[in-house]
Amino acid sequence: MSEAVLRPARVALVGNPNTGKTALFNALTGSRQKVANYAGVTVERKEGHLTTAAGRSLSILDLPGTYSLRARSPDEAVTRDAVLGKLAGEEAPDVVVAVADATNLRLVLRLILELKAVGRPMVLALNMYDIAQRQGLRIDLEGLQRELGCPIVTTVATRKRGIDELTAQVDALIASGVLATDNVWHEPSAGEIRTAHREAQRLLRAYVRPPERPDTLTAKLDAVLLHPVAGLAVLLGLLFVMFQAVFTWAGPPADLIEAGFALLGGWVGQMLPDGLLKDFIADGLIAGVGSVLVFLPQILVLFLFIILLEDFGYMARAAFLMDKIMGGAGLHGRAFIPLLSSFACAIPGIMAARVIDQKRDRMTTILVAPLMTCSARIPVYTLIIGAFIPDRAVGPGLNLQGLVMFGLYATGILSALVVAFVIRKIFWRGAVEPFLMELPTYKMPSAESVARNLLLRAQIFISRAGRIILPLMVLVWVLSTFPGPPAAATAPAIDYSFAGMIGHAIQPLFAPIGFNWQMVVALIPGFAAREVAVAALGTVYAVGDAEANAGALGARLAEQWSLATGLSFLAWYIFAPQCAATLGVVKRETNSWAWTGVMLFYMTALAYLASLVTYRTAVALGWG
Amino acid sequence: MHDMHPEARAETQGDHVGCIRLSTAQPGARGEIVEVRADHADGHGVDVHELERRLLEFGFVEGARFELLHQGLIFADPIAIRLDDMRVALRRRDAEDIWVRLDVR
Repeated sequence: MSEAVLRPARVALVGNPNTGKTALFNALTGSRQKVANYAGVTVERKEGHLTTAAGRSLSILDLPGTYSLRARSPDEAVTRDAVLGKLAGEEAPDVVVAVADATNLRLVLRLILELKAVGRPMVLALNMYDIAQRQGLRIDLEGLQRELGCPIVTTVATRKRGIDELTAQVDALIASGVLATDNVWHEPSAGEIRTAHREAQRLLRAYVRPPERPDTLTAKLDAVLLHPVAGLAVLLGLLFVMFQAVFTWAGPPADLIEAGFALLGGWVGQMLPDGLLKDFIADGLIAGVGSVLVFLPQILVLFLFIILLEDFGYMARAAFLMDKIMGGAGLHGRAFIPLLSSFACAIPGIMAARVIDQKRDRMTTILVAPLMTCSARIPVYTLIIGAFIPDRAVGPGLNLQGLVMFGLYATGILSALVVAFVIRKIFWRGAVEPFLMELPTYKMPSAESVARNLLLRAQIFISRAGRIILPLMVLVWVLSTFPGPPAAATAPAIDYSFAGMIGHAIQPLFAPIGFNWQMVVALIPGFAAREVAVAALGTVYAVGDAEANAGALGARLAEQWSLATGLSFLAWYIFAPQCAATLGVVKRETNSWAWTGVMLFYMTALAYLASLVTYRTAVALGWG
Repeated sequence: MHDMHPEARAETQGDHVGCIRLSTAQPGARGEIVEVRADHADGHGVDVHELERRLLEFGFVEGARFELLHQGLIFADPIAIRLDDMRVALRRRDAEDIWVRLDVR
């Protein structure tokens, strides 16, 4: 028992994708979990803790889903190396918990045979057992347990059923002192995979009786959702609803946050004596935090859709429907998921590109992911659209502002397809990878799991806001406050500051695309994170006004900028690689400065070109 | 990098009397997988043996039952297959290596 006191026993969850592995992880560890990255790679490492009824403390590792230990992607390589104990900074697990979807055992049985060869003590968790029972699927647990030589526990992770039994089995396995046997695993050959399938088939025949009432819902839904025409229509409709929801649902809470921070700024302004400290806290700090947090509702709405669709099982259908369209541009159908995530933020999107097995497809996806309109662009788009595009209906349920927004998104998507096509032609000369994907059965998402996932995304956003954006806001405040104006100043104070100097110095470069120096100043901090540009514009145009809200700033911009300039700024933001964090992730994921450089160069070039064309066209139309 | 391995099996298509490639099947077609044999390497990003192993890992093994459920809008591609008790999507070009015998209706 003394060993248990010294360190928790390590348990690794291994299973096919879509087996409810993460739900089981949540049910086991509750809120006692933390998310980080594995050393040296950017695969998400989810670890949690729990104490068993017998008082043993367990550390649970939720490994990426896989069909085989023969890893084909970086995520799957993490699973393989973690199970084999070869992962840098990780010890081999004391117990492996194989997680299986009780209604879909064939492929996982083959994985279990591989896991057995590794020789670690193992428990099999037959998850979603309630669905199996409802279908009238009979599993001879005793027999299967005997054949596999490992204890079997039935679980319903979403309802927390079987969790205590599972931890008790793990506990008993450790307490019994079962040691790992020799690892005899090696990459299976084609012949060995066939043999393993035959063995799995034999086990299924012997111990599993097919369901009396098989799932018919999936087939019925697929008849519509995978229909060549209706399916695509549903997908497009979903995307449209998603973007409209980002605007309408997120509006009221965003207004509330904005009003709250304005109130706080005003209150602090009254409490503190006039001077630098008051300016710093009210205009630098509070306004800065507020201008970032105001986007939290939009990010949450977007992630809510993505998480729901993922948990429901729709994402694989979307990949199916989009495969040919994306394939024409040289993208893998699976790139759809990373690209869709990139609508929230390119960083998780680029990281999600790890689900793509092949390096070329991954590289292409990573390079175009930032062209998807990420949520950090929304504040910029909202501000400029609010200032320059009239808010009027152009049809039933259609609003001109919403339409322009849709157009900006569409431009991003179309240019991503074109760029992907060009990348394939230039760098890969046309080779196409195989496309194989399981279409999981549809499942009702569990409210708790969705909420937990959403909370995690909110935490990641807030910590990013806190660590990267807030210091930058302070930097912008310093740059735009010092040096102060001379006593006999006539122009606004910011004209005399460092920010003003930098803006004036490089403005000639941006003159051809219609940017004034204030915009150039806002671009500088905007390079750290796109949404900072809005707060920076607020600082540049309204320093000293803590109540500066999007409406007031928009009105100010409408006075100061021509329509052509506003449109040019929008065009710039479709393409500009204005996010240092994204470039950092690209460097980490591709492990290459050259690819990062390619991205920086092509996006800047596209941004300048698009703004130039937009500005010149708009001026020619008399909107200058 | 797309070289044919010398040991790539040399059987002729004569083994497959009455069989078709899964890539040529139409929606509604059902039957049994007779052989999975990756024998053409052109244009795949992975070599033939890797493709064969991937197909096998997804359950495309000799003896498996299948039904072609759905196909995409453009060039009827990709295809969604019911394979034993699960559903799998793949492109027709990757399904060329799967030989199937259709049920007699």
